[in-house]
Amino acid sequence: MTEVIKVTNLQQGYGKRIILNDINLNINSGDILGLIGPSGAGKTTLVSTIMGMLKPKQGTVTVLGTPMPNRKLLGKIGYMAQTDALYSVLTARENLTFFGEMQGMSKAELQKQIPYATGIVNLNDDLDKYVKDYSGGMKRRLSLAIALLADPELLILDEPTVGIDPELRQQIWKELHRLADEGKTILLTTHVMEDAEQSSYLMMIRGGRAIAQGTPDDLISQYHVNSVEEVFLQAGRDQDAHTSND
Amino acid sequence: MRTLAMIRRVFREMLRDKRTLALMFIAPLFILSLVYFLFQGNTTTTASLATRNVDSSMVTAIKNKHIKIHDVNSDKSVKTIIREHDYAGMLSQNGDKLTLTLANTDQSKSAVIKQSLQAAQAKLKGQAAATTIKTQAQALQKMQAALGAATHTPVNATTNVGNLKAKLGSTSYTTKTHYLYGSKDSTFFNTLLPIMMGFVVFFFVFLISGIALLRERTTGTLYRLLATPVKRGEIISGYLCGYGTFAFIQTLLIVLFTMYVFKIQILGSIWLVLLINVLLAMVALTLGLLISTFASSEFQMIQFIPIVAIPQIFFAGIIPISSLPGWLQPVSYIMPLYYGASSMSAVVQKGVGFMDVLPNLSILLLFAAVFLVLNLLTMRKYRQV
Ligand SMILES: Nc1ncnc2c1ncn2[C@@H]1O[C@H](COP(=O)(O)OP(=O)(O)O)[C@@H](O)[C@H]1O
Ligand SMILES: [Mg+2]
Repeated sequence: MTEVIKVTNLQQGYGKRIILNDINLNINSGDILGLIGPSGAGKTTLVSTIMGMLKPKQGTVTVLGTPMPNRKLLGKIGYMAQTDALYSVLTARENLTFFGEMQGMSKAELQKQIPYATGIVNLNDDLDKYVKDYSGGMKRRLSLAIALLADPELLILDEPTVGIDPELRQQIWKELHRLADEGKTILLTTHVMEDAEQSSYLMMIRGGRAIAQGTPDDLISQYHVNSVEEVFLQAGRDQDAHTSND
Repeated sequence: MRTLAMIRRVFREMLRDKRTLALMFIAPLFILSLVYFLFQGNTTTTASLATRNVDSSMVTAIKNKHIKIHDVNSDKSVKTIIREHDYAGMLSQNGDKLTLTLANTDQSKSAVIKQSLQAAQAKLKGQAAATTIKTQAQALQKMQAALGAATHTPVNATTNVGNLKAKLGSTSYTTKTHYLYGSKDSTFFNTLLPIMMGFVVFFFVFLISGIALLRERTTGTLYRLLATPVKRGEIISGYLCGYGTFAFIQTLLIVLFTMYVFKIQILGSIWLVLLINVLLAMVALTLGLLISTFASSEFQMIQFIPIVAIPQIFFAGIIPISSLPGWLQPVSYIMPLYYGASSMSAVVQKGVGFMDVLPNLSILLLFAAVFLVLNLLTMRKYRQV
C-alpha cells in the first residue's frame, strides 16, 4: 500500500476569502475516500486543490509522491467535474476521443478503452448520438466514462451519482469497488449517505473544516451511533456547540 | 499532437454550426455589398464624354451604353468646354498621347469613363495582337515559300514583317488623367473598401473566436480541458490554427469577391493584401480570446463590441487621421485596425510593396504577440500551472 494523496495543514481560499482550514488527509492506494458535506462546504475547492488546479494558500498537497500543482501528473488522474463539461455539437464518441487525446492516449488505447468505459455507464448504444440530444443523466454518465477512459491510477469524481438511477448507481459502485481492489485510488464527493456508506474512508467537511474523518465503522463506534448519517448529524451539532462556546 | 486534436475539434464544431459559418462567410460579403451599393452610386448612369482629335478606332472602342460621346472641334480650354456643356469628362489626343480630364463632380461618372477607357485600350491591344499574329503567320508562310524557291530571298520577307509591325505600332497610347475637382482617390467606395475589408475581417474573427472561447469557459469545458496535462499554449495554438484557417478562408473569399464582383482593381500584390488581412485576423483572434476572459456571457461579449470593435473604424482612415483633433490623433496608434487598414489602402490604391508596409505589419505582429502572452497569463486563473 502506497500513499497516494497526502494533504498537510492545508488552508485554501479565493482571493482574500478563506474557504478551507486545517485540512489533513492521508489516502493509500486501494482506498475509496468519500468527501461528504453540505453544498458550499468546500468539497469542490478541496478537490481542485488536490488536482493542482489551485495552489495551496498554506500547507502542502502531495499526489503519488509529487508535490502539487504539477501539470504532467494530471495525466494519471481521471477527473469528473461537478458540472458536465461536454461539447454538445460533438457526439459522445467524439467527446471521448477528444478528451482521451488530451489525456495523452494513443489511437489504439482509445479503441480499446472506449467500449470498456461506456460499457460501465450503459452508453454503448448511444455513442454516436450528439451530446445535445442527451438527457441530464446520460451526460453525467458520459462525464464518468471520460474519467474512467484512461484507466487512471487516481479517480477524482465530483458528485458522480447525481441524476443517476439506483440500478445504474449500483453498477457503477460495483465497478468502483473492483477498481479499488485492483489498487486504484478513488476520491469522490457526495452529499448522499448511500455513497458515504460505500466508501472505505470518510471525511466530513462543514464550513470549511473537517469535522470528522475515519473509516465508516470507526466513526460509528466513535460517535456511539448506528449509521453514517447520524455520525454526520452529531459531528455537525458538536461543531455548532464548539463555535457558540467561543 | 494535442494541438492537432484541438484543431480537429474546432473544425468539427465550426462545420456543424451552420449559422456561425454563415456569419463568418456570408455576412461580410453582405455588408461589403451594402457598402458598395450605398457608396458606389447608380451604375446605370450615362456619362457624357467630349472627345477632341481622338482616333476614330479609339472612339469606337470606347463607345458603350453608359457613355455618350460628343466630338468637339472648338479651341477653347478643356476646363471651359467641360463647364459650358456640363460634360463628365473630356478626352483629347496629341500624337499617341491621350489626355483625360474628368470633372469628377459625380464620382460614379468618373469611374464609368475611366473603366470604359481602360476597356477600350485593352480591346485595341487585343486586336493589335491578333493582327500581328496573323501577319506574322503570313510572313512566315511567305518566308517558307521563298526559302523553298531560292535561298537568297529571305531578307525581303523579314523587311515585310517589319513594315507591317510599324503600321500597327501606333495603337499603344499613353494616358494622362487630370481632375477638375478632387483627385483620383475620390470615389468614396474606393477609399472605403480597403478599410471596410480590414474591418469586416477584424470584426467577425473577433466576435466568433471570442464567443467560441467564452462558450468553452461558461460550459466548463475549458476547466475540464485544463484538468488534463495539456499545456495552455497548446490550447491557444489550437484555437489560433483552427479559427485562423476559417479566418483565412474568409479573407480569401472577401478579396476574391471584391476583385470579381465589384471589379475593384488591386494595384499592389494580392498576396500582400492576403497577408495583411491574415495578420489582422490574428490580432482579432487573440484579442477576441482575451476579451472573452472579461465577459461572463455571450451578451456581455456583445457589449464589448461598441467598446473594442466599433471605435477602431473611426481611426482606420475613413476620416483622415490628420483631420482629427490633435489630442485624439495618438489614439489611432493603439488601434490595430489603423495599421491594418492603412496598409490595405496603400496596397490596394497606391500599389505599394512589401517593404513599405513592413513597419505596419510588424506592429500588427507585435499586437498579436502581446495579446497571446496575456491570454496565456489569464488562463492561469483556471489552472495555476
Ligand atoms: N471560483 C471561485 N471564486 C470564489 N469563490 C468560490 C469559487 N468557487 C467556490 N467558491 C466559494 O467557495 C465556497 C465553497 O465552494 P465549493 O468548494 O464549490 O463547495 P461544495 O463543492 O462543497 O459545494 C462557496 O462559498 C463558494 O461560494
Ligand atoms: Mg461542489
